[in-house]
Amino acid sequence: MKPLDRLRPALHASALLVLLAFPFAPRAQEAAPVVPDTLRQRIAACTACHGVHGEGTPQSGFFPRLAGKPAGYLARQLQDFQNGLRKYAPMEYTVRGLSPAYMREIADYFAAQQVPYERSPVPRLPADALARGERLVTQGDPDRKLPACQACHGSQLTGVQPDIPGLVGLPYDYISSQLGSWRTRTRATVAPDCMAEIANRLSAEDITAVAAWLASRELPADMHAQPAGSVNPPLACGVLGAKEAAR
Amino acid sequence: MKLLSRFLVAAAVVAVLAVGWLLLRERGHAPVPRADSAVSAARLQDPALVARGAYLARVGDCASCHTAQGGAPYAGGRRLPTPFGDIPAPNLTPDRETGLGAWSFEDFWRALHQGEGRDGRLLYPAFPYTSYTKVSRDDALALFAYLQSLPPVRQPNAAAGVGFPYNLRASLSAWRSLYFNPGEFRPDPAQSPEWNRGAYLVEGLGHCNECHVARDALGGLPKQATLTGGQIPAQNWYAPDLGMQANGGLQGWSEQDLVDLLRTGRSARGSAFGPMAEVVTQSTQHMDEADLRAIATYLRSLPPRPPPAAQKPLLDTSALVDAGGKLYADRCAACHGKDGKGVAGVYPPLDGNSSVDEPTGVNAIRVVLLGGFAPLTKDNPRPYSMPPFAQQLSDREVAAVVSYIRQAWSNHAGAVQERDVAAYRHTPVD
Repeated sequence: MKPLDRLRPALHASALLVLLAFPFAPRAQEAAPVVPDTLRQRIAACTACHGVHGEGTPQSGFFPRLAGKPAGYLARQLQDFQNGLRKYAPMEYTVRGLSPAYMREIADYFAAQQVPYERSPVPRLPADALARGERLVTQGDPDRKLPACQACHGSQLTGVQPDIPGLVGLPYDYISSQLGSWRTRTRATVAPDCMAEIANRLSAEDITAVAAWLASRELPADMHAQPAGSVNPPLACGVLGAKEAAR
Repeated sequence: MKLLSRFLVAAAVVAVLAVGWLLLRERGHAPVPRADSAVSAARLQDPALVARGAYLARVGDCASCHTAQGGAPYAGGRRLPTPFGDIPAPNLTPDRETGLGAWSFEDFWRALHQGEGRDGRLLYPAFPYTSYTKVSRDDALALFAYLQSLPPVRQPNAAAGVGFPYNLRASLSAWRSLYFNPGEFRPDPAQSPEWNRGAYLVEGLGHCNECHVARDALGGLPKQATLTGGQIPAQNWYAPDLGMQANGGLQGWSEQDLVDLLRTGRSARGSAFGPMAEVVTQSTQHMDEADLRAIATYLRSLPPRPPPAAQKPLLDTSALVDAGGKLYADRCAACHGKDGKGVAGVYPPLDGNSSVDEPTGVNAIRVVLLGGFAPLTKDNPRPYSMPPFAQQLSDREVAAVVSYIRQAWSNHAGAVQERDVAAYRHTPVD
């Protein structure tokens, strides 16, 4: 503040000079809005629902959080909406004309956002259901060829760079509806679609149990996705580069 | 009432097609085997011809209909919605069994020029042969050469989802006798070569009139009016009048504005959105400057339109419009400006915007609901976007803000009603 105070007389003098120089300057017209040349400004269509930092709507779980999810995963989702593999008309409409490069830039933006995680409501389940959820997440069920969630999503369940999303910190409604949409084929991805296989091996009770256990879990201190190569996925997944069956 | 009119339409179609069928039932023709074609295989592989065909396929925007969402280019499968049912666009790749692999140029010419399939079956006019009939034989050959150069994709064609009586191909005989004359483009010697080039592109391969004119109850195009604007059936977007003279939808547009819109997706007068955004992205941005200028020259010559009939609003909408003004100040003015002038190159003006003022209000309603990005083009690879308001505003609020912008500044279009918004809120986006 001090240096500015010292400058103040000079500022006043120059302001006076300006006024003298343009005594009849017309009042500025209704100023056109100033538009920041930022990606954030460009993607108002995204942030209107997902939030300026991709925080989503944790209470309702309706608009998913994007903040901090791995960039490869987010870019893949945009591509899947564009190709109609993931079905949601407003998203399909919004991304239909975007280029891979622009979608990648948007994915990078949301991946880089750091937003604290919020708790969201979890239905009260009996202890044995939660135990079943924990077992499926941490051990899977070899009899039904169900790998543990941790086998791909990481020991901390915070995801693995660059393509595998975290499962903790997500609302119950979001997790259960995603598993359901794999079964109803409103969510799919490039073949082999390993998550579709897994979701179809789960019963409705399994889905409730897994979603509730994940959503009620204490969050690890470090919510970042684990480094690439932290896991050795037990299934062939198109999103992880496995070749799709010949088309 | 609606049921009765549908019945009458159906009865009329049945009557007309019965007569048409009697007159025209012996129209089938046999395919021309490739070996008997006047065009040699070597000619079709001429790289210059193939390259010209690639350009012309862009001009005709063939890939847009003939590619399914996420599918292989030109392998077909996208279903075009019409009031008569969905019509899937067929596979144009040179696969022998499912595509054009067995077609000769003569077969292709007959499809493009006469709207007849290889086996002589009449094609649905969802394939705009009503326009393509004006494409020259030379250009058709280039297009065919290009399509034959594509990698073959095996993808069987789906059946049309068209109900009775429109599913009778004989209905098409009747329809054609009402609405279709195979023809060719005849240059007007009184006009400049540039004007003639523009007319050829607009009326032929560009098939602009297929959307930019109102169709009648049978899906026919009027013989006289051209490019006077109309609501696209089933898709529910209004393709504006393209007249650039008095009372035209593009009145006040310069040729440069039009070229800007077609090349970049945006202009000083408005941005492309909805189906036109796709046209810009896939087709017009790739066109030569000279062709875009020719199109502008031609559109400039469209005749002035009669002044719109002054309509007295049936209801007092002032409360709605006032509420809309407040919503506008809150939600819209930050980008489009209090004065509705927008921000040059970023946010389109709403004052004097042909898509705001169009007769129905459907465009403004749907843009408010859907938001979305401006077309992504070479000139604008990172477009700005508009938030979708479907989740934030009620039907009444959307009706209010749309009514306001349609009457603010120099706009004088009619108010829209809550029930209009409700009707379009769930129109499928593709």
